Amino acid sequence: MADRVLGWLVSACALLVVSSLVWVLADVVIEGVAHISWQFLFTAPEDAGRAGGIGPILVSTLWILLIALAVAVPLGLGVAIWLSEFAHRHGHFVGSAQITLDILAGVPSIVYGLFGNAFFSVYLGLGFSLLSGGLTLACMILPVFVRTCETGLRAVSDDWRSGALALGMSRSSAIWHILLPVASPAIVAGLILGIGRATAETAALLFTSGYVDRMPGSLLDSGRALAVHIYDLSMNVTGGDGAAYASALVLVLLIMMLNTLAQSLVDSWFKRSLVLP
Amino acid sequence: MSKNASRHIMPPYTLRDIEQGTPCCVPEPVLQVRNLDVSYGEKTVLAQVSLDIYKGCITALIGPSGCGKTTFLSTLNRLTDHQERAHVSGQILFDGQDLLGDPIDTLKLRRRIGMIFQKPNPFPLSIWRNLELPLKEHGVRDRDVRRRKIEQAFRDVGLWDEVSGRLHTSALALSGGQQQRLCIARALVLEPEILLMDEPCSALDPISSAVVEELILRLQGRYTVVIVTHNLAQARRVANYAGFFWMTERVGKLIEFGQCQALFDRPGHALTAAYISGAKG
Repeated sequence: MADRVLGWLVSACALLVVSSLVWVLADVVIEGVAHISWQFLFTAPEDAGRAGGIGPILVSTLWILLIALAVAVPLGLGVAIWLSEFAHRHGHFVGSAQITLDILAGVPSIVYGLFGNAFFSVYLGLGFSLLSGGLTLACMILPVFVRTCETGLRAVSDDWRSGALALGMSRSSAIWHILLPVASPAIVAGLILGIGRATAETAALLFTSGYVDRMPGSLLDSGRALAVHIYDLSMNVTGGDGAAYASALVLVLLIMMLNTLAQSLVDSWFKRSLVLP
Repeated sequence: MSKNASRHIMPPYTLRDIEQGTPCCVPEPVLQVRNLDVSYGEKTVLAQVSLDIYKGCITALIGPSGCGKTTFLSTLNRLTDHQERAHVSGQILFDGQDLLGDPIDTLKLRRRIGMIFQKPNPFPLSIWRNLELPLKEHGVRDRDVRRRKIEQAFRDVGLWDEVSGRLHTSALALSGGQQQRLCIARALVLEPEILLMDEPCSALDPISSAVVEELILRLQGRYTVVIVTHNLAQARRVANYAGFFWMTERVGKLIEFGQCQALFDRPGHALTAAYISGAKG
């Protein structure tokens, strides 16, 4: 009897969560699909976004994301490898680094925005620019990315580490040929979390990359990210709802595409050498 | 129970000539261990171990769990370097060099002193690549040379006929015994002089275990083998020399060392006698 009640209860939870997600998604698709066209994707917004498209905004979004990932991925992998392979496992420094990263991972994005504004825009003089925004997002996604990759690397069996060492293999080639490929699902997970967080970010970008909706001429130009655009359309522009929905749909599709891309990139880099039963 | 027994009996093994029994080969020491101490942090795990490992012979290290046999083994290829807080002192002479005192290229050393672990640990790569990777790592650039060496190694461990049709499938799909033989082939492909084996059969089923044991016997003469085993019958079957480790006052010590047959037939130490008769351990 108790089992049956529990069964009903957890099924209800699952149903509630899944259906609300489906609702959100369906809402975005139904409302957005009417506004989507090739023209919408490639032309500049007009009349504060009520008309026209999102061309420059897509370009800015991709630049910001590219900068964020180009900085966060190599740096994050480096930190993760150091934490799991080189640092003393039970050292004080590792412990405090992990705690710091966990706290940073939970810091609200607006705090990163303020930091990015103060450091990149003002102190380094980058102003409101794609570069400031990208670097701020890099800071924001680094902690989660590092921790995910580190956990993945730590989960790799020590048998392979000692096996490689006992064969006279250097640690770097053990890391490159065995540990990273085995940990690649975690790296993908970290990337997807990072991409999702960065692409959907609004607050941190308002202070750093700004909300100019022109086509950026260089990385030092201000540029409006898609999420900022959606925020602006739905909050500040009356009659912008249709365009907001269409942009939201583009955002969802963009994230899905980027995730697939990340998955296949990592697979082709690392998994190529693995042969699993 | 070991406290009372160990207090009033003879001291642990100290280095002396091996007199009993007939030598398996010319007893030419290839590794000379002198006064080896190993500690992890504050905890001493192995104290004052001195023994010779003879070229071309199989030396079995026996004794109960936790008495430092595996630790001893991993000092010989300096795998202890990678264990946190491990401190090793004493002397291990190999080819005119002190492995503990002289500057040693550990990567080259480990090519000459291979190691097999208790749990088979083939890499999650293809069967072929498992052997190719270490060869490449040690600078064997010529593809044909690699091919020849890899095939030879697989033949040496009797695995060639079993894997030649599936060289590019995953090594993890092999059975436990096959995996362990693959690991032995992976060590042999580097043409080491010494093979360290840490309970290589204990994770295998009886049949695979017998196959691996037979393989170890065939290595005798061509390679120097040091094997840690809990299986006394196995030690007796394969080894030329045997060392008996025991914990006294929570520190691992080498109690007795000698010709394997002699050690089993006429143990020179009360602890050894008790251990091999099953009264202790």
